[in-house]
Amino acid sequence: MTTRREFLVLAAATSAIPGVATAQIDPNLAANRKAAFQAALKRIVGDARVTRGRVKLTLPPLIDNGNSVPLSVSVDSPMTEADHVKAIHVLTEKNPLPDVITFALGPRAGRASFATRVRLADTQTVTAIAQMSDGSFWSDGAEVVVTLSACLEEGLI
Amino acid sequence: MARAVVTVPPRAKRGEIVEIKTLAQHTMETGFRRTQTGELIPRDIIRTFTCTYNGVEVCRVELHPAIAANPLIAFTTVATESGALKFEWVGDNGYSVTEIAPIKVE
Repeated sequence: MTTRREFLVLAAATSAIPGVATAQIDPNLAANRKAAFQAALKRIVGDARVTRGRVKLTLPPLIDNGNSVPLSVSVDSPMTEADHVKAIHVLTEKNPLPDVITFALGPRAGRASFATRVRLADTQTVTAIAQMSDGSFWSDGAEVVVTLSACLEEGLI
Repeated sequence: MARAVVTVPPRAKRGEIVEIKTLAQHTMETGFRRTQTGELIPRDIIRTFTCTYNGVEVCRVELHPAIAANPLIAFTTVATESGALKFEWVGDNGYSVTEIAPIKVE
């Protein structure tokens, strides 16, 4: 909650030094984020084809607080020396940066699965991409609804 | 003060898949937040996490600002031989924490 005094300090600071704090939302934000997501995807998969399946991304469908969201990914793979998952990437569409986590593993992991907690900025689709030892890519997506966003407490981004 | 907690089963059967949980104490400052006067708070996150089992790499994780504060990473490994699991977190501003957990395989 911003008090009257804090508001006056903030107002004075922003009007006195324009350019230092730009409290405006970039009009090209949506397009830029989309481009960043495509660039991140391209960096991971290159020109290879991504097939849906084999990957299971688990996220709660409704999220009260985007600051800490339990996320787990598991990939259907025998995890042997000949056939294993090399890496699992998680990407978001509407976070300030598309990358979330890159989990590189090998046959010593036993099972191709991991769990972590992430931050989500908005209601969006989260994508998990698995890179196999044979060079193929598999993916899964999860749509989530975020009611309280991470990193937007001040409404400046 | 940098602290980390790891959970590894103390004993396991040979060939068994064991679950490992790790938790590091870190604010994971994203670099996108601002102070009340509008200045950006610089980024301060853990960049990489690695786990090695008797010198053999089990996993290598790259973390980004979208990982929540006090990052939890849970994963699995195959219990092959008795020894130690080494966990290493490396981050911005010289952050570096190493934890070692013994495991007995029978």
